[in-house]
Amino acid sequence: MSFRRVAALLLRQFYLLRGSPARVVPLFAWVAIDIVLWGFITRYLNSVSQARFNFVPAMLGAVLLWDFMARVMQGITTAFLEDVWSRNFLNLFASPLSVSEYLGGLVLSSIASSLIGLAVMVGLATLVFGLSFLVYGALLAAFLLVLFLFGISLGIFGSALVLRFGPAAEWFIWPIPAFISPLACVFYPLSVLPHWMQWLARLIPPSYVFEGMRGVLEHHAHSLGPLALGSALALLYLILMARAFTGVYRHAVRTGLIARYSAETVS
Amino acid sequence: MPHDATPSPGPILSVSQLRKHYGKTAAVDGVSFSVATHEILGLLGPNGAGKTTTINMILGVLEPTSGMIAIDGCDLARRRRQALSRTNFAAVYAPLPGNLTVAQNLRVFGMLYAIPALGERIEAVLAEFDLLRFRNTKCGVLSSGEQTRVALAKALLNQPRLLLLDEPTASLDPSIAREIRAAIREFAARGHAGVLWTSHNMIEVSEVCHRVLFLSHGRILLEGDPRALPGEHRRQSLEDLFVAVAREPLTIRSAEAD
Repeated sequence: MSFRRVAALLLRQFYLLRGSPARVVPLFAWVAIDIVLWGFITRYLNSVSQARFNFVPAMLGAVLLWDFMARVMQGITTAFLEDVWSRNFLNLFASPLSVSEYLGGLVLSSIASSLIGLAVMVGLATLVFGLSFLVYGALLAAFLLVLFLFGISLGIFGSALVLRFGPAAEWFIWPIPAFISPLACVFYPLSVLPHWMQWLARLIPPSYVFEGMRGVLEHHAHSLGPLALGSALALLYLILMARAFTGVYRHAVRTGLIARYSAETVS
Repeated sequence: MPHDATPSPGPILSVSQLRKHYGKTAAVDGVSFSVATHEILGLLGPNGAGKTTTINMILGVLEPTSGMIAIDGCDLARRRRQALSRTNFAAVYAPLPGNLTVAQNLRVFGMLYAIPALGERIEAVLAEFDLLRFRNTKCGVLSSGEQTRVALAKALLNQPRLLLLDEPTASLDPSIAREIRAAIREFAARGHAGVLWTSHNMIEVSEVCHRVLFLSHGRILLEGDPRALPGEHRRQSLEDLFVAVAREPLTIRSAEAD
């Protein structure tokens, strides 16, 4: 793998962001609105619960972590969609760029863009609403790692969908986080789900994060076993999705879809 | 000359028994040819003859059903990266991203092709294609002729051994087209490179190409010097021959067999 080729894709993304405020604002605007909205909701809930339970770390923290995962996913998919929108596949894949380098470039772009969103969310949540990340302890790093890996997997999955089914499949991508959120148990414990849904939820790595977060807050439980399982699952999904993308790419090269992605839209 | 490769003594491009089938339809059916150093080979034929399919296979964006492609001695199927690092292309249907400036596009693609001293090389191609004043202009707002020049600048950025040009002068005015033809001829003459050129402009092909292949229904129907071929087939001009190939390929094939 050539770091220079991976860096070329990151540079391309930097150029796009630098030249377009319309691309910069969404990096932090929606997550900032989410934090403000949920910040006030948690304040209200704290006031009506009369300090029996602190909703700020439980709900606002959950929103922040969930939005972080969604931003990681969108960082991958928007970088990928830039190539769809600019009909750039033929130029890219007729160069020495490999699929793994291309995915590496998408991941690097996502890290850069999601860190901007994370910084804004953390700033707002701590300075305005008093969220302290100290309450999660060292497990916070593990939470972020699992969500990062799973966000990358979802982004690669969404990109593979668009590569396979064409630009119109872009609309499959955006609802993906909403689609899996009931099983991720962001706001409620896994135990409230029906039995069959609990089994499905255990296949979703974020459910381990949010269960772990509630465990820390409610019982001061720092159980690493479930989080390790969540991490392993997230890593497994990442490997599977990278393989799926490679498979879809090979199919596109076999059928000529990569070349037609450009040629057909022009003619 | 590209930075990372030693010239191989054989042809720049070697295509052997290349086939691409979609189900029972053969888009390219057993095509074999080569491009020598300094040679400009014209790939001619009516729409749907298999020219772009052949070019896409040489660019590695379409997998052949069977056959072999070697670029500067590198088997494309086995050494894709090495083969493609010695290749580049320009095509009217593959413009560079319109949301980046000319210089930004050249820098990104220069990094993808791992070009050393990239800044100097970018300045050189900007000057060569009269693009210096468009350096900070987004490609999307350039005229089609200017975009073609940017695509050619990108195509020559890595000083490829094999240059593929799919109708490179289709959107250019006669004056610019003449300059571009001269630039490509000079590129083929001075470096250790070969060019595969498709065009529907037969006057241009006669002027530029050392040799042409006529494709019809995925097969090579005729091959030869574009200035001598019309006479050999009792036609007035290359354009007449092209029309005959497009309308009566079987007649041409029988005559060729006789």
